Amino acid sequence: MSSAAAAEAPANRTEMMIHAAAREVRDGDAVFVGIGLPNLAVQLARRLHAPGAHLIYESGVFGARPARLPISIGDPCLVSGAAQVLPMAETFLYFLQGRRTDLGFLGAAQIDRFGNLNTTVVGDYDAPRVRLPGAGGAPDIAWNARRTVVILRQDRRKFVERLNFRTTVGWAEGGDSRERLGASGGGPVRVITDLGVYGFDAATREMLLETVHPGVTVEEIRAHVGWPLRTAPAVTTTPEPTPEASRLLREDIDPARIYLGPA
Amino acid sequence: MTMAAAIRRFVRDGHTVALEGFTHLIPFAAGHEIIRQGRRDLTLVRLTPDLLMDQMVAAGTARKLLFGWLGNPGVGSLHAIRRAVERGVPAPLEIEEYSHFGLLCRYKAAASGLPFFPLRGYRGTDLPRVNSRLRSVTCPFTGEQLDAVADLHPDVAIVNAQRADHEGNTQIWGLLGAQREVAFAARRVIVVVEEIVPGEVVRADPNRTQIPGIIVDAVVEEPWSAHPSFAQGYYDRDNAAYLAWDRVTRDQGRCERHLDAWIHGLSDRTAYCARLPEGTRERLTPGPRPAGPVDYGDYR
Repeated sequence: MSSAAAAEAPANRTEMMIHAAAREVRDGDAVFVGIGLPNLAVQLARRLHAPGAHLIYESGVFGARPARLPISIGDPCLVSGAAQVLPMAETFLYFLQGRRTDLGFLGAAQIDRFGNLNTTVVGDYDAPRVRLPGAGGAPDIAWNARRTVVILRQDRRKFVERLNFRTTVGWAEGGDSRERLGASGGGPVRVITDLGVYGFDAATREMLLETVHPGVTVEEIRAHVGWPLRTAPAVTTTPEPTPEASRLLREDIDPARIYLGPA
Repeated sequence: MTMAAAIRRFVRDGHTVALEGFTHLIPFAAGHEIIRQGRRDLTLVRLTPDLLMDQMVAAGTARKLLFGWLGNPGVGSLHAIRRAVERGVPAPLEIEEYSHFGLLCRYKAAASGLPFFPLRGYRGTDLPRVNSRLRSVTCPFTGEQLDAVADLHPDVAIVNAQRADHEGNTQIWGLLGAQREVAFAARRVIVVVEEIVPGEVVRADPNRTQIPGIIVDAVVEEPWSAHPSFAQGYYDRDNAAYLAWDRVTRDQGRCERHLDAWIHGLSDRTAYCARLPEGTRERLTPGPRPAGPVDYGDYR
């Protein structure tokens, strides 16, 4: 396929996730970035509508300008050319607990209807079916960032009625329960999957389906959610990327398609 | 001091040993020497147990593991640790888990001479339910309920760095991880460096010193001692080794053959470097990107 034709091919579902995530980044945001798709999303946002976004990595980097696609949150390319490197403890103390983070991206193995996350175990804690990596930086990002966005691929085993373990607090039990816990940050605002994009009801804090990716139906989405899913008043189609956004992602950010997968 | 001498002198069976370095400067050579010397019943502490901890557990050195995030980043699970936790192979392993921030605050408390450190972030999670050392405290000024973690004084902390002088004044650039906090928290400190430099090199740039010599018990000079992790400006991360470990870790027999070939069968890091495939070091050596000099001024 010629380069021009490749740039015009419709976005696959991974690309749809990255473009949707990039739209969550506002110009000037201090963004706590995780590796993988969030990392691609912030690189894309900086080249489009948010050139003034500041990239923060929990490894202790502020204002990263990586010259290659970082392979981990501790990649040396995040340091060369960054604005600041600081001890990890200070990154958590000052940038997160000190409330200097506007947006944080998180992944999860399980999510519930209030955006609480499990990255610890599937099954019983003492005899797990699957032992997952654990907390890392997630609880503190979710507790302290002004907005958090969760990115994960969707199926019934992940969108569960009840988490096996609550590693990270989203909207807790809904309503004002997060606030009553004393959380300083703003809570989850979006969940982005390979099928669609969700927001949260302003009063009940329950997850609401807002958009479906092109070619996906609401019925298909319901089959991939483990609770009776509520939808926004008008579910629309997730906007497809502009040709320029598509070209940047494919040609500049991940030309080897390490994260993007087959076109 | 040689690595063998430093480990023999300071790391004892039953010790609590912290091996830090967040992606950057992971003390692989030191961990391998602990395996080679057959230490047992260690309590290992590390924010992000990855390949090195998986190897140390497969070798049967550990009784307990304290951590914040457990995995081979971007690759998958640490199966040796999972075998030890789930089936007691080759020996049972107890785990005690934190968030990164929680474990960092344990180091901060110990380094600062405090019995505990207050923080936010565990309320509403299940973590305190499975770790009785995550507690809460009431702020004496506002009445707010905060989380709290106890101080943690490792018997030994082992940290890698780019360079130190003969007095142990240690300079690190690039990711700083928990190197300074864990060094101040520990009873003994072993520093492993790419190179020992004259004191005047350190003193020409004191802001870059992360660990003062007064808290350092041993300085070991061993180039490439953090491989397959990286040392900023010296060598890149060897991602192929992290991918290759995913095939080894799934089977205890394969782990043991790997340990035989890369640790027990070798005398030291020099032998390890000689065993790396030809071209590895050239492949991983970055181009230059030096910092601009700063002028500290001459005040007489």
